[in-house]
Amino acid sequence: MPVRTEELMLNMGPQHPSTHGVLRLIVTLDGENIVDVQPDIGYLHSSVEKMMEYRTYLQNIALVDRGMDYLTAMANEEVWVLATERLAKIEVPERAKYIRTIMLELQRLSSHLIWWGTFGIDLGAFTAFLWAMRERERIMDLFEASTGGRLHHVYFRIGGVNEDLPEGWTQRCAEFCDYFMNRFPEYDQLVTGNPIFQARTQGVGVLPRETAIAMGACGPVGRASGVAYDVRKAHPYEVYDRVEFDVPVRTEGDCFARYLVRMEEMRQSVRIIRQCLEQMPEGEIRSKVQVALKVPKGEVYARTESPRGDLGIYLVGDGTDKPYRVKIRAPAFSNLYALTEMMCGWKVADVIAILGSIDIVLSDVDR
Amino acid sequence: MSTDPEQLRRSQVFPLDRVLEVIDALPGGGVILAKVEDVLNWGRAASVWPLTFGLACCAIEMMQFMATRFDADRVGIIPRGTPRQADCIIVAGRATIKIAPIVRRLWEQMPEPKYVVSMGSCATCGGPFYYDNYSILKGIDQVIPVDVYVPGCPPRPEALYEGFLKLQEKIRKEPFLRRRIAASAQAGG
Repeated sequence: MPVRTEELMLNMGPQHPSTHGVLRLIVTLDGENIVDVQPDIGYLHSSVEKMMEYRTYLQNIALVDRGMDYLTAMANEEVWVLATERLAKIEVPERAKYIRTIMLELQRLSSHLIWWGTFGIDLGAFTAFLWAMRERERIMDLFEASTGGRLHHVYFRIGGVNEDLPEGWTQRCAEFCDYFMNRFPEYDQLVTGNPIFQARTQGVGVLPRETAIAMGACGPVGRASGVAYDVRKAHPYEVYDRVEFDVPVRTEGDCFARYLVRMEEMRQSVRIIRQCLEQMPEGEIRSKVQVALKVPKGEVYARTESPRGDLGIYLVGDGTDKPYRVKIRAPAFSNLYALTEMMCGWKVADVIAILGSIDIVLSDVDR
Repeated sequence: MSTDPEQLRRSQVFPLDRVLEVIDALPGGGVILAKVEDVLNWGRAASVWPLTFGLACCAIEMMQFMATRFDADRVGIIPRGTPRQADCIIVAGRATIKIAPIVRRLWEQMPEPKYVVSMGSCATCGGPFYYDNYSILKGIDQVIPVDVYVPGCPPRPEALYEGFLKLQEKIRKEPFLRRRIAASAQAGG
């Protein structure tokens, strides 16, 4: 007698320890094999694009902190002020550019540390989480000293930054860089070289290069699949054209490659911070911009490399102090789009590993 | 007081050696009389297990609260992955209208007695930014009853600590057994 089998629908989330927020995955299973994955998003939709039309350019800095990717508040501020400055043709002082670059790279470190810790939890290594949080607290101290905030900083201003760095901050930042670089051998011993970790990630969830390009995968996800594209190199902003750094690219396209790309990115971030601290000139931190800034008619597209990838803002100004239309191009959204391609054909236990490796933030996906 | 460093370190956490001094001075030493409810509440307050359910930005500070520097374990706060094992739910972050029924369902799945900590401005009242917004719920207390509100955008881990200490205070004072007996008598038990 033939055995009759049928496909099974499985709901994962929105409350699930490892969905990194409020994502619901509707997984279709054939036995233990994944046939189809449909992400159900929108559980954190906060209509930030519409709200931005009702706030002035200055007020929107505080809004993009929360409304967009909350792990990388300063990357959001950066893309917003960059778009506004380009449309209003505002010059930024040299020192402010360096301060911004340092802050952006520190933000990248803190974001990647959260990813490293939660990826560890996903695969059963709780110590990784505790270690990542230990290092992140030191970055939070640096942020607190300079911006006053831990998570949402509202530090960047149109035409510069809010306040100059406090006394001794550069010294503390340099000390942190040394401290952090010494932690990498520990990380490699704990997680990277761990045979269980490698078995769960190597060769799992492969995203081929062509599919990555077709799906619009960007940032570390794209670079792990061999797409050698980094906005910091391709369209340099702030002082990225004046510092030396490498863009890690791997061709395997699996979870382990995405892991290695992010680990190398953290090392490169420290390298950028060290160069910026050395090169940073004295001087003004903010050019004179009126509070109720009226931006001329026109449209502009600004793009930056946020820790999750190619983050862009399309801004239309209509001559008033409020934007006419804002469109956010979120990197996590396009990376989530490639998820179905990565997951099909793998076992249900690999869902967690693959989802953890693409490092999504639902606030960025839903906006 | 002891001068042994190990003893001193312990006594900062809980003054055990002084407790023994008091107990030994009691007639019939080593026995303490207390109300059953007080002892139960003492134990319950020292083991508040919250459900890990991060919604938005506040969840990151909640993670910090449970991780290295702030270490919520030392006051008995251990995160649980499922509502069936949890005493308390931390609503960390903005709740949309789409997620609100799910928060409600999770709360219903938790066993009694259960508590709710509303973390951050968004969960408390819809936030400092989302007042003119169509998708965010203006306060989680429209869906589930809240015990402790922790203000901030987002609150620091210390603020969440304070919130949990307040919750523990509330649990210690609760007439929890008597209320249950009264409830079962009312139900015709």
